[in-house]
Amino acid sequence: MEVLWPVVVLGGLGLVFGGLLGIAAKAFHVNKDERAEQIAELLPGANCGGCGYAGCNALAVALTEGRAMPTVCAALKTEQLDEIAGLLGVEAQAEVRRVAKVLCSGTCDMAATKCKYEGIRDCVAAQRYGGGEIACQFGCCGYGSCVSACKFDAISIIDGVARVIEENCVGCGTCVAACPRNLITLVPATQRTFVLCRSKEKGAAMKDICKAGCIGCGICAKNCPAEAIEMAENLATIDYEKCTNCGICVEKCPKNVIEYKEEI
Amino acid sequence: MIVDLLLLSITTILVNNFVLVKFLGCCPFLGVSKRVDTAIGMSIAVTFVMTVASAVTYLVQVFILDYFGIGYMQTVAFILVIAVLVQFVEMVIQKISPALYSALGIYLPLITTNCAVLGVAILNITEKHNFIYSVVYGLSAGLSFMLAIVLFAGVREKLSLSNIPKAMQGFPIALVTAGLLAMAFLGFQGLKLV
Repeated sequence: MEVLWPVVVLGGLGLVFGGLLGIAAKAFHVNKDERAEQIAELLPGANCGGCGYAGCNALAVALTEGRAMPTVCAALKTEQLDEIAGLLGVEAQAEVRRVAKVLCSGTCDMAATKCKYEGIRDCVAAQRYGGGEIACQFGCCGYGSCVSACKFDAISIIDGVARVIEENCVGCGTCVAACPRNLITLVPATQRTFVLCRSKEKGAAMKDICKAGCIGCGICAKNCPAEAIEMAENLATIDYEKCTNCGICVEKCPKNVIEYKEEI
Repeated sequence: MIVDLLLLSITTILVNNFVLVKFLGCCPFLGVSKRVDTAIGMSIAVTFVMTVASAVTYLVQVFILDYFGIGYMQTVAFILVIAVLVQFVEMVIQKISPALYSALGIYLPLITTNCAVLGVAILNITEKHNFIYSVVYGLSAGLSFMLAIVLFAGVREKLSLSNIPKAMQGFPIALVTAGLLAMAFLGFQGLKLV
């Protein structure tokens, strides 16, 4: 008989509490759109903020309320995009995939250093103390602000320069905002040629600062059949809309600053 | 009476700090102490649940467990009470303040299994506190958790900007810091109030 009391009392407690919770659940019921939860599960869940909303859950709510289109999420894969569009009953056309690109080729053996930097290992902090070790005031200082900003493990510092791992990159643009030197841009994933330099230094000065920098000679612009390269402030810039990825500029560049990406 | 309660409160917060001296609630202490604002959110939720749980578990002990003479079912009954309370608090907050809910949302379910909450409930009984003492003890325990976790989060925010050897990054340095903080709190042992 002794075992009966605990069973009865605790069972009773459980029943009473369960009942109370049941009543409370009714009394404090909050209407929720069930689709928001389903959509939140389909979203990447990295809370990168690239869509302009405070995280994936906020975007899911905005989607169900019709305040946003699923295409604002750059990280969505096509299947998930279709599924979300199906849930919402809207047509979703995927945009051209874009990936981040770091426009600097000043690796440790190429770029000259001007000092020894022992401050905070962060690009923004280094920027405030004269730009860190690298002599070039336009190049990648390699302290990895973009690496810590990236939610998808898609950037790493290789040989002193940030490099995007394209399989992981979703084109959310978080790193673009994180770089204090504006070295990162979003480019179409199908683009093959890039001028990997952002330096506006004059050619003669550039030779001392970085062996891999654009000297603004303009040979690429003269040889481009599509007239897609523009020279401004001692720097060649490719217009990705006009570029046909023919690769002539890559061969002509005397400094090998223009990269030709084999795999896309 | 008032003086006694005040002394109990100060003793609990400083001398017998729940996290740094009694080592209760270490999981949330290490888990949600990366940023000060989340630490504050978590500790407010813990304080609230501890205070209410102290009151309710005291009543359960006196009017149910003692009455039926089944004090040995204390742990089971208290866990049940705490879990129900947390569920209830979660529902109420979700209804009343969605903003607070989205800020605390993920921490609330974590509190169910926070040993500090069960610790307060059981200590209230073993130390033979009456109802008012229990409530004040619960509140002070929550505040002691808040003091510890907010201090610790402040230190960790600074640490995240420093140059730490690779082997010590992340949890290792956090554990060492927690140990140093606990040693600092040993200094309050000399404070003989009661």
